[in-house]
Amino acid sequence: MRKLIKQPFSGNPQGKVGKSHPHESAIRQVSGQARYVDDLPQPANLQFAAIGTSPAASGVIKSLDVSDVWASPGVSDVITVEDVPGHVDIAPVFDGDPIFAQKHVLFHGQAMFAVLADTVHHARQAALKAKIDITPSTPCLSVDAAKQQSNFVRPPHFMHQGDFDSAYKASTFTVQNHLSIGGQEHMYLEGQVSMAISEEEDRVLVYTSSQHPSEVQKLIAEVLDCKLHKVVVDMRRMGGGFGGKETQAAQWACIAALFAKRNQCAVKLRLPRMQDMIATGKRHPFENSYKVGFDKEGLINAADIEINGNCGHSPDLSDAIVDRAMFHCDNGYYLENVKVAGHRCRTNQVSHTAYRGFGGPQGMIVAEAMMDAIARKVGKDPLSVRKLNLYGENQRNLTPYGMTVEHNLLADLINRLENSSDYWARRDAISKFNKHSPIVKKGLALTPVKFGISFTAKHLNQAGALLHVYTDGSMQINHGGTEMGQGLHTKIGQIVANEFGISLHDVEVTATRTDKVPNTSPTAASSGTDLNGKAAQNACIIVKQRLAKFYTDEVNDLNLTADNVIFADNKVTLGENSIGFVQLVQNAYIGRVSLSSTGFYKTPKIHYDRNTGNGRPFFYFAYGASVSEVAIDTLTGEYKVERVDILHDVGRSLNPAIDIGQIEGGFIQGMGWLTTEDLKWDDSGRLMSNNPATYKIPAIGDTPEIFNVDLYARDNDEDSIYHSKAVGEPPLMLANSVWCAIKDAISSLTDYQIDPQLPAPATPEAVLNCIESLGNITISERIE
Amino acid sequence: MISFLLNDKAVHIDATQADTTLLNYLREECALSGTKEGCASGDCGACTVVVAQANKPGSALEYRALNSCVTFLSAVHGKQLLTVEHLADGDTLHPVQAAMVDAHGSQCGFCTPGFIMSMFALYQQGEAPSREKINVALGGNLCRCTGYRPIIDAALASCTGTVDDKFYANRATTVTQLADLHNVNAGLDNLLMPTDRIELASAIGKHPEARLFAGSTDLALEVTQQLKTLPTLISLTQVAELQVLQETDLGINIGGAVPFSKMEALLLTHFPELHELLDRFASTPIRNQATLGGNVANASPIGDMPPALLALNARIQVDNGQARRDIPIGEFFTGYRQTLLQKNEWIEAIFIPYKKTNSKISAYKISKRQEDDISAVCAVFNLTLGENNIIQELASGFGGVAATPVSAIGLAAALVGKDWSQSATFEAGKVILSQAFNPIDDVRASATYRQTMIVNLWKRFWLQSNQQSHKIETRVHAYE
Repeated sequence: MRKLIKQPFSGNPQGKVGKSHPHESAIRQVSGQARYVDDLPQPANLQFAAIGTSPAASGVIKSLDVSDVWASPGVSDVITVEDVPGHVDIAPVFDGDPIFAQKHVLFHGQAMFAVLADTVHHARQAALKAKIDITPSTPCLSVDAAKQQSNFVRPPHFMHQGDFDSAYKASTFTVQNHLSIGGQEHMYLEGQVSMAISEEEDRVLVYTSSQHPSEVQKLIAEVLDCKLHKVVVDMRRMGGGFGGKETQAAQWACIAALFAKRNQCAVKLRLPRMQDMIATGKRHPFENSYKVGFDKEGLINAADIEINGNCGHSPDLSDAIVDRAMFHCDNGYYLENVKVAGHRCRTNQVSHTAYRGFGGPQGMIVAEAMMDAIARKVGKDPLSVRKLNLYGENQRNLTPYGMTVEHNLLADLINRLENSSDYWARRDAISKFNKHSPIVKKGLALTPVKFGISFTAKHLNQAGALLHVYTDGSMQINHGGTEMGQGLHTKIGQIVANEFGISLHDVEVTATRTDKVPNTSPTAASSGTDLNGKAAQNACIIVKQRLAKFYTDEVNDLNLTADNVIFADNKVTLGENSIGFVQLVQNAYIGRVSLSSTGFYKTPKIHYDRNTGNGRPFFYFAYGASVSEVAIDTLTGEYKVERVDILHDVGRSLNPAIDIGQIEGGFIQGMGWLTTEDLKWDDSGRLMSNNPATYKIPAIGDTPEIFNVDLYARDNDEDSIYHSKAVGEPPLMLANSVWCAIKDAISSLTDYQIDPQLPAPATPEAVLNCIESLGNITISERIE
Repeated sequence: MISFLLNDKAVHIDATQADTTLLNYLREECALSGTKEGCASGDCGACTVVVAQANKPGSALEYRALNSCVTFLSAVHGKQLLTVEHLADGDTLHPVQAAMVDAHGSQCGFCTPGFIMSMFALYQQGEAPSREKINVALGGNLCRCTGYRPIIDAALASCTGTVDDKFYANRATTVTQLADLHNVNAGLDNLLMPTDRIELASAIGKHPEARLFAGSTDLALEVTQQLKTLPTLISLTQVAELQVLQETDLGINIGGAVPFSKMEALLLTHFPELHELLDRFASTPIRNQATLGGNVANASPIGDMPPALLALNARIQVDNGQARRDIPIGEFFTGYRQTLLQKNEWIEAIFIPYKKTNSKISAYKISKRQEDDISAVCAVFNLTLGENNIIQELASGFGGVAATPVSAIGLAAALVGKDWSQSATFEAGKVILSQAFNPIDDVRASATYRQTMIVNLWKRFWLQSNQQSHKIETRVHAYE
């Protein structure tokens, strides 16, 4: 990218970035004025859709009789897979996701048909009335079963470095374990919803709650059998996404569009919560295992890690998700001789999908499990073992996939957190407490995070923006990213205001629309600000270049060039000359200068060769670490997270309040994944934890009373937007310290001799089972 | 007619479905879309609104949050229904709204209106809350984005004990407006709101198919989750006899239709040991609607109050308008969601005898989450000791271990007369309890875990009640 105008990013003299501006919608959100799709004013001819779903997890459809659905009050249309004019498969990457079940049912709760009626209630009542006859077949419901049958949605992938076999044989100690890791329901507060409006010239306008409007546009066009230019998707804000609206929003938008086109009306489809939880994918459950060899100090010399994702019935995004699990099973630790295998197991569950971290958490937790196991074996504090195994600065810095870890902050970051959290004094205090407390035991753990930033699908690392400057100096910026609460629009507004040196109030960030910025990537992989911020900045720079040239010509001083023009404090300055920004814009308009521009960005440096398992899939890494202290009740397995300290790297923060919000929110969400959020399916493949009464995300009392969160002050060494770092996903994995602290507390029952095998989520029941697996330890044996 | 103030405007409704929820009314009929539907089951709080009422003529207004998704329109009859759109005073945000903006307490913003309304109700209490009080007030509101810390900060910053907003300034006008509403007859064609036991009996006589309800927090799920269209409804909330709250010579009497939040103070005065159980009973908005009578009549095996009532030897006072009968709670539950209640009867009140002077009571609830979760196991023990630690009485109640709430009858039979301080007594009880019930596996817990909890909660009770100064810590959550 050309940079004709020098960017004064060091020191941020404009003052618009680096400050904790409130979320752009905060005032509208607290006063009920912020509109979500279901809140939009209703078009006059609005009708309501509902879906009917499969009562079995697998089998052949013998008959689907919808005559009673048609006869139900208020019904105006019913569609099945036979009624789809275009593509039936709406899979994002690899085939396998039919919009409605076709010949076979693939999971319990799969959409089989949809009904349109005059009210939501009528549509949903009618959807219950189909007569469905399925010849059931035996469903595959576990990773183990899928692996035994080699039933994979995509081929396995492997990475390796060094010589595992001989290094393992030569190791002083070896440990091998298996780790079950549960999935996670997104539980965005706003469920899936779309409203499609049939328009003239065969167009359809769709309002949807989606992280990926361009893909929704493409899939609607394919389903309707029309070209993409006939479809406009508008997305102002989501009531939470977390990955659950990256691919999972498309189906409902497509069904609404189908009805709208057939009936030439407006159609809203909003899933009721229980159906949302049953019919949309979740974080993948994983069954992982590892063999690790190490020396008497606990230094790893060999590791063999197997990653097995439960992908559900189709690939969806699972190839990249299991890859990311593999990319993160080292976390921050150097594995000199290592083999990593990743399997994508097919089961008759809903197709599991993107969820904040995208497989990274399920891979990273294996590394932390290894650290605990090693520490117990060599009799060291797990923190010492973690520090010993960190990637080096200039050596011991090659990942299992051949990427050099540059600018590694972890050693310093951990040292700072170790001190600020008073780790060792608290370790002593906890040891003393545990010696005198037979029932309640305390645990402590510090775990790091190293998370790779970039889409591993290289082509997605691009972004576009569209900037309009109006003649009163106000601006609209539009970009391909979507706002789901993460503050992306706030940061983009700050970037634009900063570029022009104008007030934030003069910048309006408008709804993401496929007719403004085309062919966009999903807002995912933590990349929203990195990609769209750079694209928006690029659009700003182009318009600034035009204005600078115009002003330079106006000033007409041969000693000054456009390079010398400065935009700051609502003024534009060139040498001794200065003009108000609004005045310059008006002069430029009269002077016939274009005041609008697109902007574009693509991430440099990245590449990865799947054939060799080598490359640089990530532009950079984001780092962090957390210390958690817990107390567990050894009679019931109940626990409480008493204190958490976090130090996290966001590069140069664009907005510290928003970044801290991402860190805290990500941590608590990760804690939920590892503790109370317990997905349960019954033996027939039916999801039992299918509503918020049976699936428990953290509530307000779960937030630790002591919760210290700090930003690690250091600019990103790479040329990211103002040298900030992505923050959406990495903090979720800070919650590993909660899981490790619970294990630490359990291990205290054995005087830290045994590494307890605790699955995730660590529900009270799982904690108690783990305690009981240690054998019958009497109360008197539990104290000194 | 259903008459209420919607924000500051009087509304009179004379024809609508009786099973219309407040949420659907606001969103679909009033275009007030600030109130959100997150779950339609009272579990997330996105739909929280606040209801203000003057309990007696001339008394101050009382503000309570409730879940509009599981509340029928009749619940606001004679009251003021406040929604998030109405809190700001012109362009000036309400203090709780301003604090949420300042604390960066909203991210995606979908839960925010519900948090604002719960926080507004807390603000109106006029007390600076502790962290614990904030957890109780906001425990029924789920946020998936923030991790709650900024929301807690906003509550601490805005709920300072000073009430100074437009609602306080306009309180006299509001009270007058509310008084004017009461002149109108309550009810709809398919919704009866009798005011005494005679009217109630007559309503049941005329509409034998009718469903009785008070808080509707469970009944409404049949509409929102099972998509039923309900028949005629009879609201119990206006029936004077069901609103009794009194201390008698022998115990306390709690009217069948008194919401939890109104009876908690009396119950806790006499049984402070139930503090944890009450705080963890659903959430504040649910407790503002739900009633003890409903929790008992519902007869769910995982209801949280029946185990306590069993352990406290409560009696259920049943009425049909002509004759009352009095049933010991131990006999009341006859099967899974079955009771002795006849079709034309209702629960008038629940009588709980005062505890004995030398009694030790503990109530334990085990669930995955502390706030707003349903018990995997609930266990309540009520022990009376004589001299030298000799057990005189030992009552118990359990939830989640059988098809109904149950007592461990054998426990008292075997242990009365024994020395409570002896570990042999604990062991004898353990043997009995480990064989007393056959719990099941379900989404909340395995049968094995439930069985272990029955025994381990007994152990916790024995440990706790045998140490004078709590030498051994037995709880990770501070409820003692």
